[in-house]
Amino acid sequence: MTGLNFVGAGLIVIGAGLGIGRIGGSAMDAIARQPEASGKIQTAMLIAAALIEGIGFAALFAA
Amino acid sequence: MKGNFSVRLLTAIMILFSVSFASAEVKSESENQEGKDLKTEIKEYIDHHLLDSYDFGLYSYTTEQGEHKYIGFPLPVILIDGGLKVFLSSKFHHGETVAEVGGNYYKLYHNKIYKTDAAGTITYDEAHHPTNANPLDFSITKNVFFILLVSILMFVMFSRMAKKYKSNPLPTGIGRALEPIILYVRDDIAIPNIGKKHYKRYMSYLLTVFFFVWIINLLGLSPLGVNVTNNIAVTFALALITYLITTFTANKNYWGHIFWMPGVPVFMKIVLAPIELLGTIIKPFSLMIRLYANITAGHVVLMSIIGMMFIFKSWIGSPLSFGLAFALSLLELLVAALQAYIFTMLSALYFGSAVEEHDH
Amino acid sequence: MDKLIEQFSFGLFFWQLFLFVGLLFLLKKFAWKPILEAVNAREEGIKNALASAEDAKKEMQNLNADNERLLKEARAERDAMMKEAREIKETMISDAKEEAKAEGAKMIEQAQAAIQSEKNAAISELKSQVAELSVGIAEKVVRKELANDADQSQLIETLLKEVTIS
Repeated sequence: MTGLNFVGAGLIVIGAGLGIGRIGGSAMDAIARQPEASGKIQTAMLIAAALIEGIGFAALFAA
Repeated sequence: MKGNFSVRLLTAIMILFSVSFASAEVKSESENQEGKDLKTEIKEYIDHHLLDSYDFGLYSYTTEQGEHKYIGFPLPVILIDGGLKVFLSSKFHHGETVAEVGGNYYKLYHNKIYKTDAAGTITYDEAHHPTNANPLDFSITKNVFFILLVSILMFVMFSRMAKKYKSNPLPTGIGRALEPIILYVRDDIAIPNIGKKHYKRYMSYLLTVFFFVWIINLLGLSPLGVNVTNNIAVTFALALITYLITTFTANKNYWGHIFWMPGVPVFMKIVLAPIELLGTIIKPFSLMIRLYANITAGHVVLMSIIGMMFIFKSWIGSPLSFGLAFALSLLELLVAALQAYIFTMLSALYFGSAVEEHDH
Repeated sequence: MDKLIEQFSFGLFFWQLFLFVGLLFLLKKFAWKPILEAVNAREEGIKNALASAEDAKKEMQNLNADNERLLKEARAERDAMMKEAREIKETMISDAKEEAKAEGAKMIEQAQAAIQSEKNAAISELKSQVAELSVGIAEKVVRKELANDADQSQLIETLLKEVTIS
């Protein structure tokens, strides 16, 4: 691993973190707006977060 | 019941710490004489922990005489190298001696079995990788042993639970705790994603994979420290089964959407076909990577924080990292269940897309 | 990525695949199928019980409604009967009244007619008696008057005169 790899890994983590953060934030907003739909929102949130996480990890291993 | 559980959890975590403590401390002492860096020492220890091994080692230490002692028991090694070769891993003496089986010599080097000559010479290339041949290895390693153990555990648990339903329609004993989870998998994972019409076909796989991943993740957190799901081979096998089930149960709609996407111009259809085809492989691939990476990352971070205790060796740093490790262990308990849930959920999602019926 | 490929252990993969598929089929046969069937049967049972309870409730409601309806009908019938009876009574009374009135009127009429006829008869009798009486008186008068011829002829004369004048 050269130094650039670490920079790349950092960028990936920042990107994935921002993405998952946005998902979580939006889910919170949605739950606040519609508390009765919280179960469905959580499921959708987890799936979306997992998808981003998967891409993030794949990129991390590639880096 | 809850209090009992937390007490047990606490004990489990304590034992985990003490085990890591014992081995790490002894090693650090022996290495300190050689003046080796403690950080590399911890890194090596973590790497070793993450790897599979040929014997079931509970822990190891070095005596004052400089003799390595291993607590644990050997497991059978099965090699296919000009015939089936079966022997116990104790023959390797943890890589210290050469094992001679049926005229062939094998040596354990960095947790891999290499074919060597009688003296156990290992030749290296420039990048310090051994150039010796690897025999085809079907050994019952620590992880395989644990997979077997979990399989037996699950079989006993669930078949007993099933038997009890014959006499009493209400769940009893352990079934009382397991039935809601089974119903959860059915009502909240299978039915919403696959649909009421087809979900029954996939229930067996979804339930098996959910409980398998969950139990094995939890046991990975136990003091035995056998983390099976941080082996890419294991997650690959699971993802492969998901992929195969998706592929072989898919209806013509699914294939139609891959090769000839309806509702877009012909040019786009030609462009989309390879992308969609690639997508079918990327989906299980991401399943594999996700499970592997989450568990590996969790273990690495947890063990690094435990390792920090030995680096700081101060009144502030060590309790701090102890607290952090404790919190992280709790988080890992959640991750263990979450990853099982995500794996099952996404599998169900893929199955659902395979049997979905479009009406346009 | 290289590390991943290097780490990949074919033996572990084989065993995982083999054991997992084995576990899958064993559990399918011995655990999931009976468990899910039992749970389904139980849920089906609960659903059926609930449905039958609902049915019974509906039946009950129907019965109640029937009872209510019958009661209402009976009440209505009773009311109708009472009304009819009252009507009959009233018509009877009014009929009787009318009849009595008619009868009375008739009787009065008859009485008046009888009175009239009696009166007429009395008048005619009176007339005839008066005539007889006057004839008798006239005879007597005439007999006495006509005892001499002169008077007789005078009378005839006057009478004739009277007749011619009238």
